[in-house]
Amino acid sequence: MLSVSWLLIALPLASFFGLMLAGRRADAWGHWVGVGVSAATALIGIVAFFEMIGRGASDRAESVRLFTWFSGGEFHLDAGLLLDPLSVTFVLLITVVGTLIHVYSVAYMAHDPRRRIFFAYLNLFIGAMLLLVTADSYLLLFVGWEGVGLASYLLIGFWNHKPEYATAANKAFIVNRIGDLGLILAMALMFAHFGSVSFADVFAGADGASTAALTAIGLMLLLAATGKSAQFPLQSWLGDAMAGPTPVSALIHAATMVTAGVYLVVRSGVIYEGAPDARLVVAIVGALTLVIGALIGSAKDDIKKALAASTMSQIGYMMLAAGLGPIGYVFAIFHLVTHGFFKAGMFLGAGSVMHGMDDQVNMRRFGALRSAMVITWATFGFGWLAILGVPPFSGFWSKDKIIEAAFIGEGWQPWVFGLTALIGAGITAFYMSRLFFMTFHGQKRWTDGQHPHESSLLMTVPMMILAAGSALLGAILGVGNRFQHWLEPVFGTHEHGEPVLAVPVLTTLTLVLVVAGVGLAYWMYLRKPVPIEPPPASLAVLAARNDLFQDSVNRAVFQIPGTHLTRTLVYADATLVDGAVNKQASGVAAFGESTRRFQSGRVRSYSLLMLLGFVVIAAILVVGG
Amino acid sequence: MSPINFVYLASVLFAIGAAAVLLRRNAIIAFMGVELMLNAANLTLVSFSRMQGSLHGQVMAFFVMVVAAAEVVVGLAIIIAVFRSRQTISLDEPIELKG
Repeated sequence: MLSVSWLLIALPLASFFGLMLAGRRADAWGHWVGVGVSAATALIGIVAFFEMIGRGASDRAESVRLFTWFSGGEFHLDAGLLLDPLSVTFVLLITVVGTLIHVYSVAYMAHDPRRRIFFAYLNLFIGAMLLLVTADSYLLLFVGWEGVGLASYLLIGFWNHKPEYATAANKAFIVNRIGDLGLILAMALMFAHFGSVSFADVFAGADGASTAALTAIGLMLLLAATGKSAQFPLQSWLGDAMAGPTPVSALIHAATMVTAGVYLVVRSGVIYEGAPDARLVVAIVGALTLVIGALIGSAKDDIKKALAASTMSQIGYMMLAAGLGPIGYVFAIFHLVTHGFFKAGMFLGAGSVMHGMDDQVNMRRFGALRSAMVITWATFGFGWLAILGVPPFSGFWSKDKIIEAAFIGEGWQPWVFGLTALIGAGITAFYMSRLFFMTFHGQKRWTDGQHPHESSLLMTVPMMILAAGSALLGAILGVGNRFQHWLEPVFGTHEHGEPVLAVPVLTTLTLVLVVAGVGLAYWMYLRKPVPIEPPPASLAVLAARNDLFQDSVNRAVFQIPGTHLTRTLVYADATLVDGAVNKQASGVAAFGESTRRFQSGRVRSYSLLMLLGFVVIAAILVVGG
Repeated sequence: MSPINFVYLASVLFAIGAAAVLLRRNAIIAFMGVELMLNAANLTLVSFSRMQGSLHGQVMAFFVMVVAAAEVVVGLAIIIAVFRSRQTISLDEPIELKG
């Protein structure tokens, strides 16, 4: 099955083109084609996984050469796929979660006249994302990278008849361009230093390369990762990306695409191996984003934006783990997988709530929804327990490992990163409990005439499966370090020291902080009534409500100076460059205007001029001759 | 009599011809000025031929006469055509040459 892995990419792309070209006649059944194709990719992924499991550990990476992509002079690049435990892990996550969300979308988008196009876009995303994680060179990865960016843009702006949604799509696209620039520069640097952009050549050459070169490449890759994964300082687009339909938020902006940055950093581990400074920056970016996301999540009243902030914060955890080096890679990917399940499940739950509440997203208008939608409450509850890190739910297995790993090391780093991760877990518990209590418990704060109801089975079954994943996946993969052994062929085994605090102490501390966070949320949002209008708040809360002023900062630091710079350049262009050209033209015109006077049309003056000219020539001949 | 005197005479004739071309409005008179200039040139050619003791100048004069004869035919035809279309042969009238 590994040899036909190109079908993973070809099938969804064929379905995308087919659904787009089929037109209205496919409206009745097009969504089932989308679901079927997604399920087929999941099947291929599962078969490939079992085929790989059947092999010896050293034999699990397989390159599939597809065709010669470029060949010119000394440069030669094959388009090929690399299937190893890391990429197969991603393939499984993308196709399984993707298929569940496809099924959910059939019901969620049932009343949308453009449902067929929605599924075409979803399939485009699946194809591009699978290309991203299976590519065997940075350039082919970049094709998938841009493909998911395009799909994300199309889906955020799916309801682009609302101008602010179209603006959100543009914002996501433009912010991502900055990150893409990083990836392009990284590839240029690789080409300059290693003469190739394929994983094999770059990783082979990284041993002999200078630290400065590797640091530059690492920082550029990090820039790319911050764009795609909504990390500081390019995090501002993710909150607005919630303009897209909720299944999109679940699939693209929680489970898969936004984790592509983590994949990129982990895949490029060899480069960061030789560039400790770049790796430290990765960890700092992760820790910063972790805190930023958690603070924003604590103040948002829009259920989807609160979940988006939580996604940002959780990816911050993954980034932090990736920045810790080889000891963290496994946990970054582990958390990525469990997060993919429980966050997708919670987003689908949020979609189910919105479905029952006439697209209301303001949590101050929810409350007491448990009685109305028990299945949604239960599945969301599983996700909530998982993200809290309550044992034995999945988050406990992955997040605790990251916190432990963050405490390993020497000097100031374990204390700073470890305490950040630890406190982040407490804040996470607070904002997720706040979200959960405000939505499902307390008094009814519904607008008049609302009759919330449970969603149909097409929506609840995927939620139940994801909830089961939230509950069990961590234990299945975590017991006996199964996941670690599975990824060993990619990352190798690494001995590492003990955390600066003993592991039981850390686990206890984490749980104490989580309980404290839940307790605070209970006290603030269950014991006290939740006002429908947001109460006046302190400066800190206001800042968090406004995304810590990220848009204002971007506007003040980049947009306004950029606009002025552009205007100055336009002015300089108009006055200097264009001015010189225009002056030349008008000079010629003025010269013509002045010589035009000689063309009087009088024959006798012409002949006088001829005579004078003749006399002058004769004089020159006589004098000079 | 030295042949150089003929050259002086030719200069005077040329100047008279040029003045006629430049100063008179009547196209026929101007045309006569042109002819006078041509013949002045002929006279110099013949004079120099005599002074040099070679026949080149005289041969050249014959060429000029032939060309002048052809030129007169064309020139008078143009003047008649202009007169027919404009009812005048004043040189200052046809200002369609103005750019």
